[in-house]
Amino acid sequence: MSLAGSEQTRVLIAKPGLDGHDRGAKVVVRALRDAGMDVVYTGLHQTPEEIVEAVVEEAAQVVGLSILSGAHMTLVPRILELIREQSLDDVLVVVGGTIPTEDIPELRRLGVGRVFTPGASTEAIVEFIRGALA
Amino acid sequence: MPGDKRLSVAPVVGPDDPRRFTDAGIEVKPVYTQTDLPKGLADDLGAPGVFPFTRGVHGEMYRKQHWTIRQYAGYASAKESNERYRYLLNQGSTGLSMAFDLPTQLGLDSDDPRCLGEVGRTGVAIDSIEDMRMAFDGIPLDQVSTSMTINAPASVLLLLYELVGEEQGVPASELRGTVQNDILKEYIARGNFIYPPMAAMRLTTDLFSYCRETIPKWNTISISGYHFREKGCSAVQEVAFTLADGIAYVQAAIDAGLKVDEFAPRLAFFFNGHNNVFQEVAKFRAARRMWARIMHDRFGARDERSLKLRFHTQTGGVTLTAQQPENNIVRVALQGFAAVCGGTQSLHTNGFDEALALPTESAAKLAVRTQQILAYESGVADTVDPFAGSYFVEALTDEIETRASELIAKVDELGGAVAAIDFVRGEIEESAYGYHERYRTEQDIVVGVNRFVEDGVEVPEIMRVDPAAERDQVTRLKAFKQSRDQDLVVDRLTMVRAAARGNANLLPVLRRALEDRCTIGEVCGAMRAVFGSYKAAG
Repeated sequence: MSLAGSEQTRVLIAKPGLDGHDRGAKVVVRALRDAGMDVVYTGLHQTPEEIVEAVVEEAAQVVGLSILSGAHMTLVPRILELIREQSLDDVLVVVGGTIPTEDIPELRRLGVGRVFTPGASTEAIVEFIRGALA
Repeated sequence: MPGDKRLSVAPVVGPDDPRRFTDAGIEVKPVYTQTDLPKGLADDLGAPGVFPFTRGVHGEMYRKQHWTIRQYAGYASAKESNERYRYLLNQGSTGLSMAFDLPTQLGLDSDDPRCLGEVGRTGVAIDSIEDMRMAFDGIPLDQVSTSMTINAPASVLLLLYELVGEEQGVPASELRGTVQNDILKEYIARGNFIYPPMAAMRLTTDLFSYCRETIPKWNTISISGYHFREKGCSAVQEVAFTLADGIAYVQAAIDAGLKVDEFAPRLAFFFNGHNNVFQEVAKFRAARRMWARIMHDRFGARDERSLKLRFHTQTGGVTLTAQQPENNIVRVALQGFAAVCGGTQSLHTNGFDEALALPTESAAKLAVRTQQILAYESGVADTVDPFAGSYFVEALTDEIETRASELIAKVDELGGAVAAIDFVRGEIEESAYGYHERYRTEQDIVVGVNRFVEDGVEVPEIMRVDPAAERDQVTRLKAFKQSRDQDLVVDRLTMVRAAARGNANLLPVLRRALEDRCTIGEVCGAMRAVFGSYKAAG
């Protein structure tokens, strides 16, 4: 982005589906804010439609999806599909949670920028977002 | 650090500071001596099985009866879960612990569009009496005790269990088990809520009252600190916020017209088994002592059973690492050791692969074997409260009691645990961030994650839930809905809504609806139509 540095990166952190675990999501929200980004958190129990609406509303450049329930192979493709329908192809989609290694290539193929699994450092997440938007 | 304020979480001081803190911010001295023993120790300890129960709720503890090996399990459909339950019983589990999928925990049917991809993932999918019957097929309900991790729809699942028991010829008075039924921690930490707090608290106390009359051996609630710790709180916060919730439930039941000694003997607790062995042992001892005093002094309980904090422990899921997963076997063994040294009544040991997925059958078996090694080889079951009198553990026990009591006073000041939901959630999230900062700065070490890192460690084979399970469940649910008397269903749901608007105990009406083949989603939906939904703060 040509304006990098002069404009805050806008990030939406979302909890799709019925999963109630948001410790990781909230730590990431705070770490991204500490890194100077403008971060909105959706709260729990969001449908794919609600999340994509929020992406539009917040004009988010990055959407981080946190899923620990095992429903990622249903929810993530649906969200990516809606993002494409809205012609939001520039939005960077990042996934975090308990995602089995063997599911990662398929998520990447569908358009996920990066999948962060348990133990990932917040520095790595910040660095990835900055690099991808640079 | 503020001057004289005692901490309930560890400060972030970086890796070069020579001081050592527990996660609760208790600074650990290099050496403890007799002078560290708290004053008045003899009174604070008492004998095992005697007020204030610091040393345990029974005089002989595991010499008389081992703790219950209770492994939380469930996935896919009732049929698959039934097979896992029978397997665990055959391997030496002595109680069942039922894990439900998220749709069930949120009172939604498997065919609800919001449940797409979620059916059978985190536990078993139960939509109706038919599923419950299948889950316990061939398992005589008068011979097992069953713990159900169910909260917002706890009454609904308990009633289905009662109905299945009846079909098996087991009277309700013989059923033994626990429903978690702890809604406050759902708002604070776990996220599986349906209704707003006041309506949910009414359902909680309706269940207390129903069980007193109908299912007297049932533990009506498992007041849970486990999920607070998983969300990132410290040992002191775990004790304080759990007991503060306990106080709120006792007060709610008294306000609903129950007498304290009528329901308090059936209250149970659920704690986390975290990493710091000594602090964990002290935590369990402190919690027991505090609860006995709270029940006696604050609520005037006089039945000895009302004063006893009986608890289940699960080893800390959040301590498991996806990196070098076999290391988790060792973590689980140490956490389980601390739990039994702390006098737990039942224990779930996690599978070593649970940072990756639900446990495989072999990981679940290894977890059971871990408990059997603790029970039969380690010597831990041979004597009561083995750490009693330790300079260090007694000092820690006292310190946890002091700090947790201050935190409970803070919750009281805010108007009690129901009014303080947002405060408690905020405190826990602050602590979670501290955990993260301590890992990030390597003040705290996690083997295999921020130290002793290895690349290319083989990932074990993980459990996968067959996606066909969801389709099959939805198909069976549709067939079930077509096979029933639809007019009767409509009539029963009208009764549920009317009962929800009134003040009488809801459970008898829910029971009739379930018996006449209303689904969980329909019954909970009818209540939601009256009670409304809780919206979580972001």
